[in-house]
Amino acid sequence: MSWYNKRLAKSLWVFHVSASPCNNCDIEILDLLTPKYDIERFGIKLVGSIRHADVMLVSGIVNQKIEPRIKRLYSQAPKPIFVVAIGSCMSSQGVFRESYNRCKEVKEVVPVDMWIPGCPPKPEAMIEGVAKLIGVLNE
Amino acid sequence: MTKNRIPLGPFHPLLEEAEYFELQIEGETVVDLDMEIGWMHRGHEYISEQKNFTQSIYLVERICGICSTSHPIACVRAIEDIDNLEIPIRAKYIRSLVGELERIHSHLLWLGLAGHFIGYDTVWMWAWKYRETVLEMMEIISGNRNHYGMMRVGGVGKDVKPKDIPDLLDKLDMIDEKMEMIAKVANDDPVLKARLKGVGVLSHEQAINYCATGPTSRASGVPGDVRRDDPHDAYGMLDFDVITAENGDVYDKLVVRVLEILESSKIIRQCLDKLSEVEGPILNNVEEISPGEGIGRYEAPRGEVFHYIRSDGSNRPVRHKVRAPSYVNIPTYEASCKGISVSDALITLASVDPCYCCTERSLKIRSDSEEKPDLLELSKQKTERIRREYNGN
Ligand code: SF4
Repeated sequence: MSWYNKRLAKSLWVFHVSASPCNNCDIEILDLLTPKYDIERFGIKLVGSIRHADVMLVSGIVNQKIEPRIKRLYSQAPKPIFVVAIGSCMSSQGVFRESYNRCKEVKEVVPVDMWIPGCPPKPEAMIEGVAKLIGVLNE
Repeated sequence: MTKNRIPLGPFHPLLEEAEYFELQIEGETVVDLDMEIGWMHRGHEYISEQKNFTQSIYLVERICGICSTSHPIACVRAIEDIDNLEIPIRAKYIRSLVGELERIHSHLLWLGLAGHFIGYDTVWMWAWKYRETVLEMMEIISGNRNHYGMMRVGGVGKDVKPKDIPDLLDKLDMIDEKMEMIAKVANDDPVLKARLKGVGVLSHEQAINYCATGPTSRASGVPGDVRRDDPHDAYGMLDFDVITAENGDVYDKLVVRVLEILESSKIIRQCLDKLSEVEGPILNNVEEISPGEGIGRYEAPRGEVFHYIRSDGSNRPVRHKVRAPSYVNIPTYEASCKGISVSDALITLASVDPCYCCTERSLKIRSDSEEKPDLLELSKQKTERIRREYNGN
């Protein structure tokens, strides 16, 4: 599939899923699109539907209500789709580890390709992560 | 005419958070609205009761990433209220300073998103560009762009260094200049006026009946503001106005927010002035919290946030209750959404600046069988039991 990935890497379309985060990771993701960080220069665009996406960004702890929805979104996505998990909530469930409403680690719900930890990760960290993803796709 | 339903969400391209709306329409007119929340429930109150007081301040910061100062301020005020603790004067100014910076960043964020919702992305890009300056100021003061971690019981955790103040003032000048520009744009831009004037009106009586708070009520001419009505921290020593407007439509909500940004910058200037004069500690040592109850209120960017904490003399809260402003603002949709056209519905939904992360504090689980009481009933019984025990002591 490497020829396919190379073509994908030229312009990744991103869909953002908020799986019960505290909003901060989401806001920082949107921040990437605004003039200071301007991630569109890498060809990255936020799209409105998972059916158009190449990358699925997930943030937050996966709570019980949202878990089936995440699974459904993943199954609706055109494959290959790369799942990027943003924030400490995703990688370790952060401060919400003791919550009664969290269900599973995200990797048990959907296969995750990349983790960007931080609470919230700095926009620079996210750009670095995305650049690494593009690098891997180009191999 | 037949009624149709339009589902919005939970993952809608324009909604940042997951939430679900169902609009009932007749032709193009919205006749009814239903919503389902609970996608963001994380059980903060329960987690907070497992942590000690210092930890719960960091926890409430993560209730919502946008109000990550309002919740901690209300929380530390609730804890301080138990023992009537006083905080050092310098800490008071720093608290107000951080709180007002957050108000600017939150209002700019809303302004940008509102622009995005009406398809006017220029507003989005510009507003968020200036928001970056505020985040930089926050980074200078607290060391982090978001989630500042500044509040402590008995003061604040970090001091504003005198050498940073000129830099902060420079950045503030830039924000002021740009905000005046945006205020002018809001005044003459035909697109904003055509799209927002007379849309989603919440009348004065309705604002009072729904107990709306914050900019939502102030745009309808109800001048409630905790900073003025219950002056705490430095607000009693500062000079500022409460902005109100008349019509209660989306346009007025925008104008109120833009003018509030200018007021906030006035407050920040006064705080920075005082901080360069006033010397002293920033944190009182608090060894123990005695048994008792305390409440804390703070005027968050969206309205009044309320925290209630009960302590039993140990190092953790026995009960922690949070009420966020969106909890009372969201029901106003019922009044403002009916009768408008579908294309205006989304901006009306966004106009109260709803924050579902803040609001979703409790979960109701219904039981299917008759014999078993449902969770809400159990919870009420528990509250009753605690009240009896507490009063008995
Ligand atoms: S990682 Fe931190 S900033 Fe991101 S959603 Fe979780 S608590 Fe919020």
